[in-house]
Amino acid sequence: MTDASMQSPETGRHTVSLTASDARTKKRAAAEKRFRAYGITAIATGLFFLIVLFASILSQGIPAFQRTVVSVDFTLTQQQQEQAEGTLFKTKAYSDLFISELNSELAERGISVDFDAAAIERLLGKVGGTIRTFYAENPDKLGEPIEFDLAASSRVDGYFKGRVSRDTLQDSRFLQLSDLDLVDALKEAGIIKQVFNWPFITGADSGVDNPGGAGIGASVVGSFFMMLVVLCLSLPIGVAASIYLEEFAPQNRFTDLIEVNISNLAAVPSIVFGILGLAVFIQFMHLPQSAPLVGGLVLTLMTLPTIIISTRASLKAVPPSIRDAALGVGASKMQAVFHHVLPLAAPGILTGTIIGLAQALGETAPLLLIGMVGFVARGYPDGFLAGFTEPNSAMPAQIYTWAARADVGFYEKAWGGIIILLMFLLTMNIIAIILRRRFERRW
Amino acid sequence: MPIVWLFLIVIAISAVGYVLGRSRALHSAGGDSRNLHSLPTFYGANVALKALIPAFGLLIAWLLLQPLYVNSQVSGMIPDTAIKEGSSRSLVMAEVRRTADGLNNAVSQGLLTEIEAANPNADNAEVTRILKEAGQVVTSDITQPVLLAAQKHRVMNTTGYSIMSVVIILAALAGTGISWWQTHAEYRARNVVEQGVRALLLAAASIAVLTTIGIVLSLVFNTWEFFKLYPASDFFFGTTWAPSFSGRGGASDLGIIPLLWGTFYISLVALLVAVPIGLFAAIYLSEYASPRVRSIAKPLLEVLAGIPTIVYGLFALLTVGPLLLDVFGDGGLGWMKAGTAVMTAGLVMGIMLIPFVSSLSDDIINAVPQAMRDGSYGLGATQSETIRQVVLPAALPGIVGAILLAASRAIGETMIVVLGAGAAARLSLNPFEAMTTVTAKIVSQLTGDADFASPEALVAFALGMTLFILTLGLNIFALYIVRKYREQYE
Repeated sequence: MTDASMQSPETGRHTVSLTASDARTKKRAAAEKRFRAYGITAIATGLFFLIVLFASILSQGIPAFQRTVVSVDFTLTQQQQEQAEGTLFKTKAYSDLFISELNSELAERGISVDFDAAAIERLLGKVGGTIRTFYAENPDKLGEPIEFDLAASSRVDGYFKGRVSRDTLQDSRFLQLSDLDLVDALKEAGIIKQVFNWPFITGADSGVDNPGGAGIGASVVGSFFMMLVVLCLSLPIGVAASIYLEEFAPQNRFTDLIEVNISNLAAVPSIVFGILGLAVFIQFMHLPQSAPLVGGLVLTLMTLPTIIISTRASLKAVPPSIRDAALGVGASKMQAVFHHVLPLAAPGILTGTIIGLAQALGETAPLLLIGMVGFVARGYPDGFLAGFTEPNSAMPAQIYTWAARADVGFYEKAWGGIIILLMFLLTMNIIAIILRRRFERRW
Repeated sequence: MPIVWLFLIVIAISAVGYVLGRSRALHSAGGDSRNLHSLPTFYGANVALKALIPAFGLLIAWLLLQPLYVNSQVSGMIPDTAIKEGSSRSLVMAEVRRTADGLNNAVSQGLLTEIEAANPNADNAEVTRILKEAGQVVTSDITQPVLLAAQKHRVMNTTGYSIMSVVIILAALAGTGISWWQTHAEYRARNVVEQGVRALLLAAASIAVLTTIGIVLSLVFNTWEFFKLYPASDFFFGTTWAPSFSGRGGASDLGIIPLLWGTFYISLVALLVAVPIGLFAAIYLSEYASPRVRSIAKPLLEVLAGIPTIVYGLFALLTVGPLLLDVFGDGGLGWMKAGTAVMTAGLVMGIMLIPFVSSLSDDIINAVPQAMRDGSYGLGATQSETIRQVVLPAALPGIVGAILLAASRAIGETMIVVLGAGAAARLSLNPFEAMTTVTAKIVSQLTGDADFASPEALVAFALGMTLFILTLGLNIFALYIVRKYREQYE
């Protein structure tokens, strides 16, 4: 390949070998190798970042799916209840009963540890109140053994997950070093344990001082209503716009204007759509703040260009012979498009729509501006229609809210929320890929 | 009547219209559809569309115009003396609307009767108490003019909506009736319906234009308001950013220069990460990689582009920031004071942009004709020499376009900088210091509790305008370069 070896037969049979390359060839070969190595390094770096990203999401997010509970078999007789209700400090009477039950369970297992009512309160909060409310609501459970799963405080939870350790713990009214001895003893007895954190998945957001009780359920519902709005608006509008542009639009200034607008809107930063939503939907139209309806409208405008671009691509992929055949047997232009082209393009359109929805689901910046962040979503909406107009949060906004809070306990929740968000995105993308694989036709 | 019901009623009317139109057409053709001009469904659709379109058009227009009309009427009721010092008419009007909402809630919860709610001589303190009980946030005391205006507001809205319901149902019925009456066997229903559908398609396509108009108008109006309160020259050339908080008085310094500097600095760091990695990855994938490697590595890299930016923001705040702080912070080199810095945000944003640069460049490198490579190989060049001296120069305009598009993404990126870059506006060269960007300040100025009429909130619109123009300019420039290049080889 190189000129040195080509010349060798005539000139330098003694000095230049055919098999060994000369210095210049070596240099060029080395440069070639180096260049290749740069490419491999670049890809490896990119993949390395991807791995680091997922490793940190998983390692820090998975603990959010576990919570620490103290489970105690507890029996309350009618008589005991009457006695407790007769005392002056009713909840204290219940906690005393609970503590004696706990003591007897520990003694049964042959473990002895000193603790007082204050320590129990630091570990579990107001136990007495919880028990009292339970029996007040379920009087028929009196006398039966009930297994109580009581959520441990956020710091005890942190001790189990390694966030709090004996070395770093400072005695405070939240947790004292001596309490950890009790925790260890309870752990040995199998009374305190880690279980799957259902309340995180089904629950609503808590206040700023209670990271343990925060759940993502309400914001998943908020996101669901938003996506419903996006789907119901952007799919018909996007498909209609694409059909017009691809099949009917005459070559004129207005068509050009629409085309330029669509390609520009696809590149406008998402925060600008947030400003639009704030100014038009909230300031001008006085729609309710933080409502999934407004979020859905803003995200619809944002996803439209994506959907239009992919829909046009799949309409374009339907060969003109299909249209010609339909027109040839007497269909009108409209019938040719709606009866023949559109059904053939449907898988592609659906795929594009799902990908657009996935994009919209993860979008955060516009939601910040329409007020989805200041709002603490403490509960589920009251009904289907209220779901659109009642203030709620959405998954990414909820994650941001948690990330912005001062308590470290919320960071774990934020990572956990990200895992859930990514699982939704993954599912949507897999559905899109399956649709594409199964139904897309190559002509 | 809730709008949802109105909506359903109109749809029901049009469904009935469909059946009626279809049967009337068939009837006039003597039950034989071959005597009709169009298929029977077109006659049905004709009636249904003529019921739906005018009614919904009217509904949308009414919903948009009624608040404007009511506001202008009610706003005239408030005397200038009722507007307190430091307040404005729009703030008082917001109070009026809140009070009107409160009255509505109180009536629906049964705390007030209709008559009490409309009583102009009601005791202000008593009304305030009832509204609070109904869960409405109102200021400590409702003044007499506000209460009167709120009552008027409420009455006008209620009557407005009842008139609207009647008018819209009438419109739907009229549309159905007229088109039903027009229906006969010779009626060219298909042509009419297809014209209507075509108009609907055009309307859908025009939404893109409307969106752009909406963006531009909302930015321009509010920016104009801002410049009435704050001199434009101080905004564009001011070198300090120090807004005073939530209308506590005191002049704010709202210079954009430190924000622009932060934006450009972070974007520069991001591009320094993304461009080499993305470009080399694209070169390797398109020129060297076997189809197998390519089919695995390319989608994996593109996963980076599909991850929501909030994830990157959290990654910057909680993983990359502390990591950099360990190396460059007080424990290490001592350059960095906190985890949030230009470097943190820039690095993470760079990771996000890698697939953006790589897939665009990949397309462009693939578009370079094979004949050019073959020519170069034929002259004895190695593969890397061919890439460096033939392929890249040919693809250069496209690659520059791709980099510009990536830059415009970096400038408009919000979540990573909100979480990763810090909140202090600084003019500094140290990449380990916290700085802030245009987008981060838009978020912080609009999510606080400042009222929308203050310069501290309105400045966000001026920032948004700047951002919009910057990114739009970059995009147009990038597309221009890409288009110009493409024509050369096609």
